Amino acid sequence: MGAEQMNISRREFLKTSAMAGGGLVIGFTLPGATRLAQGAGKEARMSAYLRIAPNNEITVVCGLSEMGQGVHTAIPMLVAEELDADWSRVRVEQAGVDQAFANPIFGMQATGGSTSVRGHWEPMRKAGATARAMLIAAAAQTWKADAADCRTERGVVIHKSGRKLSYGQLAEKAAQLKPPAEVKLKDPSQFTLLGKSGTKRLDSAAKSTGRAKFGMDVYLPGMLTAVIAYPPVPGGKVASVNDAKAKAVPGVRQVLQIPSGVAVLADGYWAAKLGRDALEIQWDHGANASLSSEGISKTLSAGAAAGGAVGRNEGDAKAATPAKKIEAEYEAPYLSHSCMEPLNCTAWVREGEVEIWAGTQSQGPAQGILAQVAGVVPGKVKVNTMYLGGGFGRRFAPDPIIGATVLSKIAGKPVKLVYSREDDTRGYFYRPASVTRMTGGVDESGRATLFTASVASPSIMEGSHFMKLPPDGVDEFGVEGIRDCPYDIPNLHIEYSRQEPGGLQVWFWRSVGHSQNSFFLESFIDELAHAAGKDPYEFRRSLLGKQPRCRGALELAAEKAGWGKPLPAGVHRGIAVVFSFGSWCAQVAEVSVGPDGTPKVHRVVAAVDCGMTVNPDIVRRQIESAVAYGLTAALYGKITFKDGRVEQSNFHDYRMLRMSEMPKVEVHIVPSKEAPGGIGEPGTPPIAPAVANAIFAATGKRIRKLPLLG
Amino acid sequence: MVSLVVNGKAREVDAAPDTPLLWVLRDSLHLTGTKFGCGIAQCGACTVHLDGQPVRSCSMPVSAAAGKKVTTIEGIGATRAGKAVQAAWIMNDVPQCGYCQSGQIMSASALLARNRAPTDADIDEAMSGNVCRCGTYNQIRAAIKDAAANVKGA
Repeated sequence: MGAEQMNISRREFLKTSAMAGGGLVIGFTLPGATRLAQGAGKEARMSAYLRIAPNNEITVVCGLSEMGQGVHTAIPMLVAEELDADWSRVRVEQAGVDQAFANPIFGMQATGGSTSVRGHWEPMRKAGATARAMLIAAAAQTWKADAADCRTERGVVIHKSGRKLSYGQLAEKAAQLKPPAEVKLKDPSQFTLLGKSGTKRLDSAAKSTGRAKFGMDVYLPGMLTAVIAYPPVPGGKVASVNDAKAKAVPGVRQVLQIPSGVAVLADGYWAAKLGRDALEIQWDHGANASLSSEGISKTLSAGAAAGGAVGRNEGDAKAATPAKKIEAEYEAPYLSHSCMEPLNCTAWVREGEVEIWAGTQSQGPAQGILAQVAGVVPGKVKVNTMYLGGGFGRRFAPDPIIGATVLSKIAGKPVKLVYSREDDTRGYFYRPASVTRMTGGVDESGRATLFTASVASPSIMEGSHFMKLPPDGVDEFGVEGIRDCPYDIPNLHIEYSRQEPGGLQVWFWRSVGHSQNSFFLESFIDELAHAAGKDPYEFRRSLLGKQPRCRGALELAAEKAGWGKPLPAGVHRGIAVVFSFGSWCAQVAEVSVGPDGTPKVHRVVAAVDCGMTVNPDIVRRQIESAVAYGLTAALYGKITFKDGRVEQSNFHDYRMLRMSEMPKVEVHIVPSKEAPGGIGEPGTPPIAPAVANAIFAATGKRIRKLPLLG
Repeated sequence: MVSLVVNGKAREVDAAPDTPLLWVLRDSLHLTGTKFGCGIAQCGACTVHLDGQPVRSCSMPVSAAAGKKVTTIEGIGATRAGKAVQAAWIMNDVPQCGYCQSGQIMSASALLARNRAPTDADIDEAMSGNVCRCGTYNQIRAAIKDAAANVKGA
């Protein structure tokens, strides 16, 4: 989600967020911080974001969710930089829900849209600088000296006379002082942590020893584990249920019919699963009993052919008379996020209050939603955010937390709702399918003069239930990555047609609309380059004169990949460049195609311009991670329907990229003094078109429908 | 009742013999480091050692583990290979979300215990049953090589 889009939702959520104020600041404690809090003596609370213990341990309280993207390291680094903290003494703790932790870009406490560093770059540095000023003031008072004669270094205030006091010694006194109204932040040239390599993640040890606690790892006294039998066809309902055999399974405690299906509650997962297997349910399949992927494709294709609301219009596409014109239809399927940790939530509804434990990307909204579900006031909903075993947008959705809360309220006990892998794969909230029809043209010199795209896809904005289609009728996510086509083409026209086959629940999937639209645009631009008889890299470059950062990323990737230089026999290159979430990312893929047509991706060279960085090591890893995620989808990813049912279920038929298929990945960061861009998502979109373009280079075959393996 | 030896400790659990070992470890013993990922031995998140051999605990009935030594991520640090692998994982900052890493470490530790100098092909073969959605495969490969160098040098 981009900042602009989320501002639309901001109004919706302000009510919730306002009600959320005044909650506890300190929430669930991560393992490392627990040990710290026990051993560190009385800590001084410098602000909602920061505590300092007498033994100099510094705890940064982070309101954002750690799902692998490294935010539990990046946020402490922002604070530590301006605090002049001793990094080896910095720990992180997960915050509860509080307005103090509202994401400045969303206006609510939530993690997504590659917004964490963009939104907190300044506020978290200010939190560090404010505490530093208070520590200096406390030292100056102690010494009866002038604060201007004091400086700080690695967790110590030093007076010009050489006297020193550690932050731990000063914290209690400093915390009593009034925070200064304004603080001066460092000039980037003064940074010692930010933008430098070598700062290790704070969660590696916990995650390498089995100590890290994910939502799935929550166990409460008296807790029941629940699985739900969901309707096999979207929109279906229970017609009748015979639960006698399920109740006879040892360990099964309750069988409950709820709006989303039939839940079996048991002493553990295995008993619950066996109980569910033993249910005899007659389903009313509703209107979607004959839903099929062929039908969905036809609906979308007809929508793209008919056209829709105008999203961008420059020049006169209708009147343009290019020397050469091409036209093509592209298609992308529904996709499941398939986080490694299947979805789950533990809820405990008590008298007038709710407490949940969940790996969630949206703890702020959860508070308001669950207050409604359980009939309590929002201030009485406590959210314990656990580590997320992958998020990718899926954990922004509230279905597991609502399900667990409903079940706990009925059962009167703590309930852990677990999705099996099959439930997770078949649980909708998919990346929408899309069909896009494009035309392009070049003049006699081979320069692009025409580009049109007609996109047909479901609306994530409407599907989100917290946004609405804007008055122009163009879904932001439906067209992002294609409406913002960076190429300087004089006649340009983009339309969007909202199509909702089956009324399927669609959702945000790592890089959202760019995930399919960049495949469409960057493949089609390649087609246009070949139609013009130009090199695909030079063709793009020549159209980016007004986009220096885009061109810079493209040039760096091409240079580092050795574009135009010889490759081993049978290996071919493809290139793509995409702007998303505030960052440019270009990728060159080196691919060979086997005799049976199977592509093998050997190496990916990526260049990213994400402005200033917090932790360049994590930046590189996020781009590499996004390459793997995007490549998995590009090669294998498709959710298909037959007779109303999702055909895929688990990793044997919804394939994942494996160790032996992982390409070498090189990531180069464009040096920059620009404001930070996002980094969790921007590496995802370019890989599919880069690989498809390389396959074209290898075989002359243009693949216009994902996944690439069919 | 089923009798098990888990990480060197004798444990008695009240579970039906066909209950997968994974759910006995997690739901009965609360050893939560071993993860549930797919339930059909396709992702490796549930990997533990049975008498030193890597097995997918989601698809192995607990009765098959009776009388054998079960080692989980919570106990692998007590072995030479496991200790070296965990140290290399931390040194290389391998984990991202971290959910698959217990299983990755268990597969890697079993590899190093039987092969002190694994080639890339050996690593592919031993590790391709373990899925990582964060795409940490190249870091896993690097960490295995670091751990191998340390085990050999020890």
